[in-house]
Amino acid sequence: MEIKLLLKDIPDYHRIDVYKAHGGYEIIRKALQMKPDDIIEEVKKSNLRGRGGAGFPTGLKWSFMPKDNSIPKFLCINGDESEPGSFKDRQIFEFNPHQLIEGILISAYAIGAQTCYIYIRGEYFRWIELMQKALDDAYAHGYVGEKFKETFGVDFYTNIYIHRGAGAYICGEESALMNSIEGKRGYPRVKPPFPAQNGLWGYPTTINNVETIANIPIIIEKGGDWFRNIGEPKHPGTLLFGVSGHVNKPGVYELPTGTLLTDIIYKYAGGIPGNKKIKCVIPGGTSVPPIRGDQIEGLKMDAESLKEVGSAIGTGGIIVMDEDTDLVKVLARITKFYWHESCGQCTPCREGTGWMLKILNRILHGKGTSKDLDLLIDVANNIEGHTICALGDAAAWPVKYMIERFRDEFEQRVEREIVIDIPNKVHSLRRTKIPLTPLKISSN
Amino acid sequence: MEIRFTDEELQKIESLKTRYLKPDSVILEVLYLIQEKYGFISYEGIKYASKILDISEEHVYGIVSFYSMFNTKPIGKYHLQVCTNVSCMLRGAYELLHKLEDELKIKAGETTPDGLFTISEVECLGSCGTAPVIQINKDYLENLNEDKLMHVLNDLKKAYGN
Repeated sequence: MEIKLLLKDIPDYHRIDVYKAHGGYEIIRKALQMKPDDIIEEVKKSNLRGRGGAGFPTGLKWSFMPKDNSIPKFLCINGDESEPGSFKDRQIFEFNPHQLIEGILISAYAIGAQTCYIYIRGEYFRWIELMQKALDDAYAHGYVGEKFKETFGVDFYTNIYIHRGAGAYICGEESALMNSIEGKRGYPRVKPPFPAQNGLWGYPTTINNVETIANIPIIIEKGGDWFRNIGEPKHPGTLLFGVSGHVNKPGVYELPTGTLLTDIIYKYAGGIPGNKKIKCVIPGGTSVPPIRGDQIEGLKMDAESLKEVGSAIGTGGIIVMDEDTDLVKVLARITKFYWHESCGQCTPCREGTGWMLKILNRILHGKGTSKDLDLLIDVANNIEGHTICALGDAAAWPVKYMIERFRDEFEQRVEREIVIDIPNKVHSLRRTKIPLTPLKISSN
Repeated sequence: MEIRFTDEELQKIESLKTRYLKPDSVILEVLYLIQEKYGFISYEGIKYASKILDISEEHVYGIVSFYSMFNTKPIGKYHLQVCTNVSCMLRGAYELLHKLEDELKIKAGETTPDGLFTISEVECLGSCGTAPVIQINKDYLENLNEDKLMHVLNDLKKAYGN
């Protein structure tokens, strides 16, 4: 079943006149006739889960916002999109910006936000221009800003602004994103308090991913029950799967959740160049645990199915690696990324990522020993769960699971090291390197 | 070098301030503007931003050093930013980077003596489906290979009269 909710096959859909001709900006009219609480209920009913990585139920997140409309409330749309392997939000900025804007309007009405910020990563100069153009058009048509009152005859309006980042992965973390908007360094905040109580400038704030919000008009138009029947019931809807790495046709494919990973790779992304075998797949951006090529048969792409095989859906950015890939190199590169992007607030993450990188580089240069593999896992375990935000976990998981799942591969790259206890106390701590094969013990 | 915004630019900054509860939020835009006008953010630039926003110099410096898109040193006319993260790496980003380094006879992080090119190795640019990718100033060059890259490089050199 072909179903396109976000990237429709309509030419020039990014233009406001084309969007309007296809029923655009009519769903907000329908939404305004509903009570805000009813919209939240409808979104809850749809089971829509956040598309930014954590998969938190959107309706539930909205219900945390206080109902008092006399205080400022904010909505932030997270388009920081810096997770290696994901490149989906920019498709929405480019091909369907008005559905995003309409989604923002409905969401802002539901939670009572008078101001919305779309946070877009700074490198996306061209996509910021495209989004700004769409936003200017929407303002000119009276769909956004104070004219909203006149256009729709209601006592509510919201302003939408684009806030561009300046190159920091961590600003995709919701509390770091708020600090960045406030004009501070993008340091994640300690939670609780959660953003719904204490967000931007201390006021209630909700942060949602671009793809999440772009789904909202569909849910209001067709109803939560309709939406819940697409794909897997526990994680319904379509996902923008970004396929990259060793595939013939990399790109973004909008498919229902629960689509087989093998279908995505072979049917849509055209298979592996040279018909090689798959060694490893990262199913949702580099921070999720990688899975082995022999685990992918029959694997469905949704949050629950991936959890069962010990991974996560993340952002749906699938990186495929063929049989000739050097996984040590891949892991070192992933770790270098987290080392570079660690904000430096928490010691385990700031120091740990650097240590892991050094050890991995040592292995990469053929100077590692088997103890290094255990040391890596030990360092990863000491980062995981000991930091303010999830970047620590994101740095620890690839290391931990890559080594666990491809131990043989890593063992081949290191020398075996055996610690022999020597009775002499003074020397008992000394480690002796023993080469792998010539270790022979005579029978007497 | 004296850093100064025109009245028009100052007005733009003022109007941006109205979008936020507190004026500090426009600091990234102020720094972008300085970088666009003067090529990089010098100590004078930091002092100027600190003055017009009434934020301490230390805070401004903290921001400049935190965000990777701000340059504290002059860079070339064309900033070649090579993404070498996993998806690009799997499709030959390091080969491209090394080719660039050989061709321009500089290392990543350096600028050619004529001030035309700076090479940087950068993190994921969010263009994994069209990897490998190089960002030249504001534009993405996608689906690159060596031939295409050399072609673009020669065009840029020619455009500058070399």
